Amino acid sequence: MLNSFQQGVIILVCINVIAVLGMSVLTGFTRLFSFGNAGFMSIGAYASAMLSVRLGMPFIISMVFGAAFAGFIAYLLGSLTIRLKGDYFLITCLGFGESVRVLFNYTRGITGGAAGFAGIPGTTTATIAVVCAVLAFIIAWTFIHSKFGRNLTAIRENEMAADAVGINTFRYKRLSFVFSAVFAGWAGALFAHYMRFITPADFSLAKSCELITTTVIGGLGSLTGSVLGALLVTLLPELFRGLAEYRMFLYGVAVVVVILLKPDGLYGYREFSLKRTINWWRNLPNMIREKSAQRKQRREKRGESK
Amino acid sequence: MSAKQESTKVLCMDKVEKHFGGVRAIDAFSLTLHEGVVYGLIGPNGAGKTTIFNTITGIYTPSAGKIHFYEKDITSIRPFEAAQLGIGRTFQNIRLFSNMSVLDNVVMACSMDADYKMPAAIFRLPKYRKLEKQINEKAMGLLETMGLEDRANERASSLPYGHQRKLEIARAMALNPKLLLLDEPAAGMNADEEIELVEFIKGIHQRFSLTILLIEHHMDVVANLCDHVTALNFGKTIAEGTPAEVKSNQAVIDAYLGVAK
Repeated sequence: MLNSFQQGVIILVCINVIAVLGMSVLTGFTRLFSFGNAGFMSIGAYASAMLSVRLGMPFIISMVFGAAFAGFIAYLLGSLTIRLKGDYFLITCLGFGESVRVLFNYTRGITGGAAGFAGIPGTTTATIAVVCAVLAFIIAWTFIHSKFGRNLTAIRENEMAADAVGINTFRYKRLSFVFSAVFAGWAGALFAHYMRFITPADFSLAKSCELITTTVIGGLGSLTGSVLGALLVTLLPELFRGLAEYRMFLYGVAVVVVILLKPDGLYGYREFSLKRTINWWRNLPNMIREKSAQRKQRREKRGESK
Repeated sequence: MSAKQESTKVLCMDKVEKHFGGVRAIDAFSLTLHEGVVYGLIGPNGAGKTTIFNTITGIYTPSAGKIHFYEKDITSIRPFEAAQLGIGRTFQNIRLFSNMSVLDNVVMACSMDADYKMPAAIFRLPKYRKLEKQINEKAMGLLETMGLEDRANERASSLPYGHQRKLEIARAMALNPKLLLLDEPAAGMNADEEIELVEFIKGIHQRFSLTILLIEHHMDVVANLCDHVTALNFGKTIAEGTPAEVKSNQAVIDAYLGVAK
């Protein structure tokens, strides 16, 4: 079977997939940028870890509570900040993410401070992680393909028009924010129970940036794109592991290249479709044949004119 | 005229004012709309026509005065509430959900018909399926009324200008509005398109027995469509009456062409 390194990679991929799916709903479908989702991850991680360690709760309860608690905090924060426009909202999220990190650093008595929180049971296995990721994808997919996702997309496309067709834009933006926080908290809970030891530094601004970058690379407005993005961004550094310190550099280059070549991301506004891919694959021989026929014709024409 | 006076009042604006700093965009403006009548709002640029639309739909809250919609006070309503009450509108500069398909634009406006909760959506319960199916049929039906059904799957932004205007009206109609506000529906159209648009608006007016208030600069459109016209300048009513009356009113001519000295 898989060795522990491979299992670890699978778990990390799944954790990122869940967090990025949340981000995708918020950024891809609602066009709200949050640089604070690592903060929600850490809330989910710490809340679930404390429940498991201090109260000896079973993993599933700690996990659900961690996710729900992150969502609750997002609800409170969103009620205050969601009315802010674009950049201002982004900055409040950034501030929130950082203040959570600092708070966990200073509350040594409760969270272990910068030295970290240890002794978390390592319940997250590759199987659990994969099941969670699949479940997260189904929830996100059904959510997006219902009036909820539609209303969020309407806000992204034109907020004034969304209002004019009776969508309570404030409520739906907050809903989207809470949704992304629940997913971030869920990912955080899995992360804590995989690493068994967490520190506030695990959830720094860099983590938030990574989540946003992954969502943008995968394609704003595409859930399958987000999954693909999360796969790439988590796996690429592992592939480049041999290159040691250059891997982050290569990662950065890859991000820039994708944005330059495909500004909408890998799957902008479109979902991956098996049918379309199969059709494309089936059509490939035809396409090649047509191309070569065209080339032949052109060559013959040139020959005639001579 | 007498029949009109007896019918139900749809909208009643009573001495509404809106100030932006020292500017009085609308100044003690009163307007009463009766059910089933097409009203026109004309006036030179900056007269305050769109501001009136924005106060009715809750984008602006009036600085003074009251607005009633079927007896209900909607003076400090929020935009989405106005839409939910049944005030549909289009925008002067078209505001479509441009990356979405033509059909989706209308479907997105049916959120009020989608009366299900999140579990129903996530578990795809029968209620969700039923309502979603109804919404799709309704949206398709509206597109057929507008003659856009062939373009249902095209991107909204790829439609020609005239069709975009129609789609915006279709989207407003998805709210089952009682009152439809059209902000310069004929802007940027040529004479042929204008005639088509007039027929089209007449059609939906009859079919859905709507009350319509429209802002328009093209006087032939106003003359063909409206039963009653209000002319506006500097946020104040300067003339009222049938299109012919208003057209020949000296104050209106002065407002548009300036006063001869």
